[in-house]
Amino acid sequence: MLGQAIADGILTGAIIALGAIGVSFGLQILRFANFAHSELVTWGAYLALVFVTFAGPGTPTGPLSFGWQLIAAMVFAGVLTGVLAWVVDILVFRRLRNSDAHPLSMVFAAFGVALVMRHVVVLIWGHGSYFYTRELQIALEVLPGIRMLPDQIFILGLTFVVVAAMHLYLTYSRTGMAMRAMAESPSLARVCGVQVESVVRWTWFISGGLAAMAGVFLGLTPQLHPEMGFNLLLALFAAAILGGAGSLIGAVVGGLLVGLAENLSVLFISPGYKTAMPFLVLLLVLFFRPQGLFGEKEGSR
Amino acid sequence: MSMGLVSYGVFFLSVVLILGIVALGLNLQWGYTGLFNAGIAGFYAIGAYTHSIITTPPRADLIANMGLPWVVGIAGAMAVTALAAWIIGLATIRLRGDYLAISTFGIAVTIQLVTLNFEALTGGSQGFTGIPRPLYGMFGSPFAFNLFYFALLLAVVALVYWGLERILRSPWGRVLKAVREDETAAIALGKSAISFRLQSFVIGSTLMGLAGALYVSFIGFVSPFDFLPIVTFQIWAMVIVGGSGNNKGALLGALTVWLIWASSGVAITKLVPPAHAAQGGAIQVILIGLMLVLALLFRPRGLIGEETMVSRHADER
Repeated sequence: MLGQAIADGILTGAIIALGAIGVSFGLQILRFANFAHSELVTWGAYLALVFVTFAGPGTPTGPLSFGWQLIAAMVFAGVLTGVLAWVVDILVFRRLRNSDAHPLSMVFAAFGVALVMRHVVVLIWGHGSYFYTRELQIALEVLPGIRMLPDQIFILGLTFVVVAAMHLYLTYSRTGMAMRAMAESPSLARVCGVQVESVVRWTWFISGGLAAMAGVFLGLTPQLHPEMGFNLLLALFAAAILGGAGSLIGAVVGGLLVGLAENLSVLFISPGYKTAMPFLVLLLVLFFRPQGLFGEKEGSR
Repeated sequence: MSMGLVSYGVFFLSVVLILGIVALGLNLQWGYTGLFNAGIAGFYAIGAYTHSIITTPPRADLIANMGLPWVVGIAGAMAVTALAAWIIGLATIRLRGDYLAISTFGIAVTIQLVTLNFEALTGGSQGFTGIPRPLYGMFGSPFAFNLFYFALLLAVVALVYWGLERILRSPWGRVLKAVREDETAAIALGKSAISFRLQSFVIGSTLMGLAGALYVSFIGFVSPFDFLPIVTFQIWAMVIVGGSGNNKGALLGALTVWLIWASSGVAITKLVPPAHAAQGGAIQVILIGLMLVLALLFRPRGLIGEETMVSRHADER
């Protein structure tokens, strides 16, 4: 029981981590709580569905339930979701950023954007559930008493690779360094010649791409529905804040801890309350360590 | 005008008045204090359920129903909501504004889970019926009762409006605005910013609880589906469209947004075939989202805009 809960927790955690990276960047680089981020997760999943509808999920490769087409669908959805995030920024958030509006009006707007995005999904695809593939899979016993589906193992592996690549990108590339500079201090970064608008654009694109990946993984285990991202919203914020806003590693560790907390809670409380666990984690963090595990202490604003 | 239309009009305006009280509560928090409350639906639900549990007669399948008088229910609803807001505020009000948004959003989600899952207390997804309406026996027809309740709501809204205007024009209200505009300066003048924000948060949330209680004792049943997150977004749209920082604006916004919501609902049921009801509902929600975003982008002051408030004593120099 315990081992299986931990394995499930790590899997949920990996998916949360991918979404939480974007939330974390949003909090620190774009400087607002982007409540529309969860809808990028949903859109990513549905955009991949569009690709799969036309190309098919592919013939199962080895033990996996899908073929190369689903990987292609993920790339397709990642790019389009990145562009979508950027377009929303141009239409809504950039205008508010450049006006003298109250900083929190961005958060209001994010909720408004989220409502529109989520219900456009309902408008197009309806309330029902969709599957990428109907292939059945046999769970493998990875450790004594712990079973995982091959798809789930694939998700964990790919998440690890992507996070490692992101880490290298942030550490060594020019854009990555500029992003970290913006996260530290936007005004200082500007003075040092960082192209703020370009960094903002890349931040949206990367956040959108990673959110789409989370969405596809979520849709693969096992289904897509219009509230799939929205239901993850608190977990994303709990993970980003627990890890420390602006920190990539923080978001990943935060995601794993939140995923574990959610799945381990089922051993103690009724599963009906499982979705409240991220919130409990969030309250504890805000109370005892609001700067998060990997965050710098910051004056309250 | 037919009787049916008058009857619907009274019902419609009653709902506007109830939501107007919620909007006034949010306006105190956001418009005058700059506090971001994303958990309005939660506070509204706490008031509604507390009132329902206090006033509904005991039943075998529900553990806490008390069957106490209406007034006790109203007072209890306000007290419990105030307590909840105080506890939540104590933990989160020191944080940066968007963290308060996340925390209050989490509260609403948690309360929704409790209303759905704690069946012995809340009746679960079915909710429960039989919530007594005040003085219902004295009226011969539902319409007469609705007229009476409408008058009662008008009186309550007038009282809340008057009370808010009064405290906002008092020194307390001016400190609140000072805290919103420049917290550091307010602290330098010896005002405890956190304490003032907490007070504003608790008073605003208490009004939301009051509105919840008034709502359930109007319709006579309580169900978790009346307190979905969309309520929060509707109230925001009311305050932002109406003009935050202006109590008249909040009430005007309540009327405007509810008029758009209700009439779009009617139009959609007429135009969209029943097979596409989900899509019709989605359009209605998209309208709320668009209203919110477009108001922020193109008319950030709202319909009326913030009222300038000067002390009554300012001319007496």
